[in-house]
Amino acid sequence: MAAQERTASEKADFKRELTEVVPHLRAFARGLCGRPDMADDLVQETMLKAWAAQDRFEPGTSMRAWTFVILRNAYLTDMRRNRFRGDYDETVAERILTAPAGQEEPIHLSDMHRALLTLPPERREALLLVGAGGFSYEEAAQICGCAVGTIKSRVGRARATLNDMLSEGNIPQRSIEDETAHRAILEELDDVAAGNGRAAKI
Amino acid sequence: MTSDKKSPASGIAHGSHQGAKASDQPEWANGLKQLYDAVVDEPLPDSFKDLLAQLDDGDTGDASQSDRN
Repeated sequence: MAAQERTASEKADFKRELTEVVPHLRAFARGLCGRPDMADDLVQETMLKAWAAQDRFEPGTSMRAWTFVILRNAYLTDMRRNRFRGDYDETVAERILTAPAGQEEPIHLSDMHRALLTLPPERREALLLVGAGGFSYEEAAQICGCAVGTIKSRVGRARATLNDMLSEGNIPQRSIEDETAHRAILEELDDVAAGNGRAAKI
Repeated sequence: MTSDKKSPASGIAHGSHQGAKASDQPEWANGLKQLYDAVVDEPLPDSFKDLLAQLDDGDTGDASQSDRN
């Protein structure tokens, strides 16, 4: 415990900032693990961990980035324990997302979400951070503890895959074969454990 | 895993704040943002408000000891 105790007002600031990012944590978690109930569990776990670790938060830095690291780590841990299986959320269903010109069938949010969930987790999270969360490649790289080039390549591949699925209407049906995804993430975890992943600072 | 060569016109330009440039994004790209924003805009369930309220009193027991996984 290197850090000094926070004053009451610092704690209040921290809590205010934490409160502000909760909707973003929910959105990120929903994108990562699909099921709203599991996503919300993950967010609550993240909030508790963030609160417990608040001495390590540097005031003035991005609370969103900081808590995303915690959420991501919690997600990876849960993945390893096999808690998530990339289940598709039925409730996203029928919202029409966009109707591409010259296409009869509009793209639905549900299509989007399903396609997203078929991506390997590391590409999914990269795309979520950059394409949905609006983080820069540099910020996303810091959150994921990897090189900027790695993030760029993951985002590029994720986009190419989604593009193929959504533009071609080539979206996999419900059941998601998560075997490869799972293996990929376990390998990534091993990397992190081996100290290759630049440790995110939590 | 081979590297993913993109056609010259597409994809990720240099520079970090490229994220939401409409012109070279496929139609669905905005949908990704919508998917995210739709959740951000959801009203916060009570369970979260309860949790936030709890954080103050009692400092959630031994949680102030930081990470114990």
